[in-house]
Parts: sequence; structure tokens; C-alpha cells
Amino acid sequence: MRPHASDATRRRLGIPLSAALASCVLVSLVLAPSASANLLTPKAGGSPNADQIHSLYTIILYIAAVVFVGVEATLIYSLYRFRAKKVRVAAQIHGNTRLEIGWTVGAALILVILTVVTFVKLPSIINPPNSTAPFLESALTQPSPPNGKRLTICVQGRQFIWRYVYGAACENNPYAPKLPYSFQEMYVPAGVTVVLSITAVDVIHSWWVPSLGGKVDAVPGYTTYTWFQARGPALYHGQCAQLCGRQHAFMTAQVDVMSPSDYQQKLAQLGQDIQKANSQVTTLRAYLTKTGNL
Amino acid sequence: MSVTTAQAARAVPQITTREVTAPRQTKRWIDWIVTTDHKKIGIMYLVTTFVFFFLGGVEALMMRVQLSEPNNTLLSGERFNQLVTLHGTTMVFLFVVPVMAGFGNYFVPLMIGARDMAFPRLNALSYWLLLLGGVVFYVTLFYHPPEAGWWSYPPLSEIQYSPSGGQDAWIFLIHLTGISSLLGAINFYATIVNMRAPGMSWGRLPLFVWAILVYAVLLIIALPPVAAAVTMLLTDRHFGTHWFDPTAHGSPVLWQHLFWFFGHPEVYIMVLPGFGIISEVIPVFSRKPIFGYKAVAASTAVIAFLATLVWAHHMFASPIPIVVLGFFMLSSFLIGVPTGVKIFNWISTMWRGSLVMTTALYYAAGMIAIFVLGGITGIFLAVFPVDWQLNDTYFVVAHFHYTIFGGAIFPVLAGLYYWFPKMTGRLLNERMGKISFWFTFIGFNMTFFVQHALGLSGMVRRIYTYQPGLGWSTYNLISTIGAFILAAGIVLTVINVAINYKRGALAGPDPWKGNTLEWFVPSPPPVNNFDVIPRVRSVEPMRDIRRQVERSTGVTQKSGGGERFARA
Repeated sequence: MRPHASDATRRRLGIPLSAALASCVLVSLVLAPSASANLLTPKAGGSPNADQIHSLYTIILYIAAVVFVGVEATLIYSLYRFRAKKVRVAAQIHGNTRLEIGWTVGAALILVILTVVTFVKLPSIINPPNSTAPFLESALTQPSPPNGKRLTICVQGRQFIWRYVYGAACENNPYAPKLPYSFQEMYVPAGVTVVLSITAVDVIHSWWVPSLGGKVDAVPGYTTYTWFQARGPALYHGQCAQLCGRQHAFMTAQVDVMSPSDYQQKLAQLGQDIQKANSQVTTLRAYLTKTGNL
Repeated sequence: MSVTTAQAARAVPQITTREVTAPRQTKRWIDWIVTTDHKKIGIMYLVTTFVFFFLGGVEALMMRVQLSEPNNTLLSGERFNQLVTLHGTTMVFLFVVPVMAGFGNYFVPLMIGARDMAFPRLNALSYWLLLLGGVVFYVTLFYHPPEAGWWSYPPLSEIQYSPSGGQDAWIFLIHLTGISSLLGAINFYATIVNMRAPGMSWGRLPLFVWAILVYAVLLIIALPPVAAAVTMLLTDRHFGTHWFDPTAHGSPVLWQHLFWFFGHPEVYIMVLPGFGIISEVIPVFSRKPIFGYKAVAASTAVIAFLATLVWAHHMFASPIPIVVLGFFMLSSFLIGVPTGVKIFNWISTMWRGSLVMTTALYYAAGMIAIFVLGGITGIFLAVFPVDWQLNDTYFVVAHFHYTIFGGAIFPVLAGLYYWFPKMTGRLLNERMGKISFWFTFIGFNMTFFVQHALGLSGMVRRIYTYQPGLGWSTYNLISTIGAFILAAGIVLTVINVAINYKRGALAGPDPWKGNTLEWFVPSPPPVNNFDVIPRVRSVEPMRDIRRQVERSTGVTQKSGGGERFARA
């Protein structure tokens, strides 16, 4: 292949080809659904901590966009402007100490700004606010809103389902009798600061409901905490974020936010259902033992 | 220029007219088995790692096909987890790290004017251990591949949850490739420190060699902890210990610390040599010296130092106190500064240059374009409260493909187009190379850009299927189509290599008017490389040599101007 042929070829083939492929990307992005998908920012809207993370993310996004556009534009301009065809002789520049110190300091300054913004935002992400709805119980474990009034729910990860135990007593023994529990779908009252006490019984899982805040690993041998204060009523979806085995994809979670009165009814009903099921099992076991089948 | 004798000095321009010889001195396969020649070993590294690249790529395509639509039943969860593990492990341990050792093996001795590596037989051992590691790992295809991911987090990787021998094969792979890399690193270090050409002070060391030196040091720092960790996992699995077993007061978080203390330096082990290749390719095709040589070399060392201080940013959702998270956020921020410095220096090198638009420069520029976004998303992930939303989602998958595919594999392709003439004596087809670049570049962005959006929409990593109606389906389909365009680009390059390995245009010793000493010797270089080792007087010894030849013979050597690259 001759050197000049390569240039001609680039003009003949390269530009239409790249244009076609680039338009392919653009068209597909435009056609992408936006109903439940997020293009540029994380999910939020369910709880103050998720909203605060969202706003922190957005601040970083603006700064990042400026840097990104600036660097890419300079790169593309250089590739276009300084081709051998246009510039016959390259300027023999070995460096420029002032310029180099300048952009090193500039990059560091951007990071200082990001650090300050992060630490200003941090308290509103990690510290729960007081409940806006009437409180349901109070205790002294962490994390805690200023008035200490919060609802504790224990979240237990196991292959491949989440188990939720309601009430602060779950922290001592999540299998204690009379504590209401549910699987996969969590019931919570709107406007109440809910503290989750997260454990795992087998492998590592990760609790994550995007609209209600960030994820927290459920590590066997450790107890981790997070909180949310759901606006509602609404239904939020999430799923286990840490590879936990073959059915990892189906380890989903739902948070069903309801009014505090509905919540109390639901909990009472859960308790009744569990007792009923337990008594049925006891009856069955007694029957099976009596007939010699167990 | 001062060479040993006046005769040798006169011989310099004549070297450029030496005819190309066949790349293999002999066709006997036994010569490849017993060789200690760094060039043959380098080629074996490159061929072997590209075979693994192909395998890892096929695994990736299978996963992308599975995810192209919701509720797909093509693959089971078990099969998908095996593919996740195979793909990640292959790309990290059997492709990106050793492919850099391949280029390093071939070019470090040539670039520093040495006749071979410091320990040639150790060098051969490194290669064979790598191959053995790959074979031990890939025979699991015939019984039961591991399925705990390339991090193999216990307890999932413990015997109760991963009873198959595949997990043990993974452990042996880490051991074998680890010893291979460790021996290789010691060899690189000894070679670079002791065997440089006369006059090649640290300030005249080619930037690729700087990168390989730092790569070697990082390997020596990072590999022992992971070797310890996988040994502990092995004894947990088979010999009754409980290092990582929470039911007996072991800690799964201990594994995470040990693994990522290796795992994060590993990231820079993968990209630093890539940065080195870019720092060689851009000045040559800009016909301009690198902008800020000292800053580029120093930033390599600073990145390596900081790389050992950022590991826990992979663990922001693990049980770790907030103050520790704050530390790791700041250290991860800091690493952005030297990385930014490199990018600014590369662009400044092109600024007011005279750009010869070869395929190698296309890939180098593509690397900068892609890596900028990978670096920026890294800043998002370093902010730990934001990471709580992004960690373990497709946003992270997008981020690390932008950094590793962009920061390591694009440079590997740039290096391939740049150095192929040196290794074989023949040029690759530039037209085909540029088409392959556009397919790779567009396909890459199509595959991975939408994955940012997938992560932001709540799609977590390593799930083998998903439900419709979550807003993920279209993005996933775009990503899958992009993956095939990307694969087509890579296949075009492979075809280019296959065709032009024997039939390409003859390159001559210095087709690009390079700056470094590998272009001083014939293509491919003879065994023992140099008859005469030139004295080095700057960071661009070949440019000095060309100037010297012009002055003493009056024949223009076409350097520093806007010439097309010429054939020999």
C-alpha cells in the first residue's frame, strides 16, 4: 500500500464510516426509553438521603462535564489542526514548567472543591432527620435522629431472599417468637425514620433500594446500618448488589410504604398470620408424630 | 555520536539498508520451547495472551447475548456466573498484565540497548509458568469452572458454597501467574537498573521503560498479599482453617482488604505500561519531543505510590468506619492529579506538532479520548456517599472498561501497529487498521457508554437476567450490538496481522522515524540485538543518530518535519 493511498482511503472511507457508526450511537440513545430509566443521574426521590446523594452527584456532574468537554475539545482540535498536511514542521517544544505547575495545581483545586462539597453534604446523607409522622418506638442504638425516635427493622440476607424482622427487639434475636417478619417485601410507614440493622446468614449480600439511598453490604459476622425516611405511599424496588450465588439475579427487594395507621394494621395482620401458620404447623406436627410419620 | 570505532560510525547509515529476514530464524518448534531469547519469549507472550484475549472476548459476547433481552433463558445463573469469573480472571491475569510483559520483554532490552534480559532463563520460566497457569485455569471448562467472580469473595468462595475444584484451579492460577509475574518483575527491574546503554541516565530512559520499571516495582509490592490471601483461602477450603469463615470468628472483610491491597495496584499494573506505550507513540507521530518528560516520568512513579493507598475505595459499602472511608476518598482523589498531568502532557505533545496520522496514532488518540471519561467517572466513584449509589452497578462496569479497555487495550493495539514492523519486518495494512480502529472505537463507546445509564437506572452487576419494565432493556440491547461492533474491530486487526505477517510491505529498520533504540537495529532484530551499542546523549537517541548521519553523509534522514513515513 502506498502512503498517499492511505490518506485518500481515510477520506473516502474513514469519515462516512465513522459518521455512520456515530449516528448509530446517537439515534439509539435518543430512542432509549426514559420512563423508568436514568441517563445521567442516579435514582432518588424516595428518601432524604437518596435526594442528598443525588444533589451531590449532580454538583460533581457539572464540574466533570466542564472538564470532559474542555479536554476532549482540545484533543479533537489538536488532531484536526496540527496534521502534517497543515503543519509541515513541528515546533520543538520540550515543556513549559509554569503551564505544567498551573494545570497540576488547577486539577488539585478542583479536587479540593469536591472534597469540601462532599464533607458539607455528608451529614445530611448519614444522619437521619426526625420523623415527620408520629413516632412508633424509641431506643438508643445507632444511627439515630436527634430526638432518638425511630423504627428499627432487621434485614437478614440469605441465599436468595431478604428477611425482615420488625421491632427493636430483633437486634437481640431476629428469630424471637412474636416478632412479626416478612420476606422480600418490606412494609414501612411513611414519614417515619426507619433504621435498618443489616446482617447476613450465609454469604455476603448487599442491601440496595436505589430511591431510598445507597447500598450497604450485608456481611456475615458483621452488623451494618442504614436508614431512610420514605415519602409515600409508594412501592420501591431494589435488589441484592453483591454476587451471592447462582440466583443472585432474583434476590430482589420491595419496600411498600404506607400510612402509619395502615402499617400498624399490616403488622398486626402479619403477627396474626404467622401465629395462625405456626399453630397449623404445630397441629400438623402433632398429627404426624402421632401417626408415626415424623 | 561516539561509537566504539570510526568504522562502526560509518556503518550506521548502512544498517538502515540491511534486508529483512524471515521473523523466525528456523521453523523448528523445539527452538521456541528451549529459547531464552527475549524477543522469542516476548512473541510467545504476545501470541499466548492474545489467544486468552480471544477467549475472554468470546465469554464477554456470550454474556452480552444473554443480557440483550429481559428474561433470556440462553444461559443459566450457574453458567453466567462461570462466564463472569472466567472473563474477569482471563482479562486481568491472562491478558492485560502478561501482554504488557510481552511488550516489555521484546522492547525493554532493545530500547535500553541491552543484548537480552538480565536473567534469560528466568525469563523463559516466567513465560512457561504463565502458560501453565492459563492451562490449569482453562481445563476447568471440562469439569466445573469457578463461579465466585474474579474477586472470589468468601464465604461464597469457601468450600460450603463453591464445592467444585474450579475454585481451587482459580487459586492455582493466581499462584502460577503470580510467581510468573513476580519473576518477570525482578528480571525487568534488574535489566533496567543494570543494563542500560552507555549514557542512558535515568533522565534519558524511554518513557515506556520507565513505565515497565514502575510496573515491575508495583508487581513486587502487590503480589505477595494476594498470594498469601489465596493460600489462606486454600487452607480454609481444604485444611480446616477459618481465616475468612465468620462462623468461627474469621472475617470475610479481611479477604477484601488483602485482595484489594493487591487489586488496586493491579489496576495500575495494567494501565501504566499502556501509558508508557502512549508516551512513545505520540511524540514519534507528532514529530515532536514529549511535552514535559520529567513530569510524565514522575507522574508514573507518583501514581504507583498512591496506587498502594487507595484499595478500600472498592469497599465503600463494606463495614468500615466513615473516617476511613474519608481517607480513601482523599487518596483516590489525589491519584487523579498525576493521571490528569499525563493526559495534559500528551495533548500538549500533539499541540503544534506535525501529526502523521497512522493507525498507531489513531489508537493512541482514541485511548486519550476514552480514558478521560474513565478517569472522570473514577472521581464520582471516589466520593464515597455517591459510591453508595454506584458501587456494584453497571456504572462501575462502564468505568473500569473505560479505564482498562481504554487505558490498557487501546495502547496495546497502538503498540501492536507501532511495533509490528519491528517484530516481523513487515508493515500492517494502514487502511485496514484505520477501519478496525473506527469499529473498535465506536463499538466500544456504544457498548460501555450506555452502561453508565444502566447503573444509574439501578442495574446491578453480575445478574444473569432481569425483568422487563425496569428501563434496562433498550440500553442492554444497544450495549450488546456495540459489543459485536467492537469484536468486529478486534477481528479486523487480527486478520490484518494474519495477512501481513508474511505478506506485508517490507518495513526496514525504522519505518516511522522513531526516537528510541529499537529502531536502530534491523527488523526483526538479530539474536543479541546490537553489534554496536550506541552512546545515548538524549531521550531520543535515534533522532540524534539520524542527525549525525545527515551531517556526515549529506543524505537527508527526514526527521522533525512533515514527511510521510517512508518505506525502506
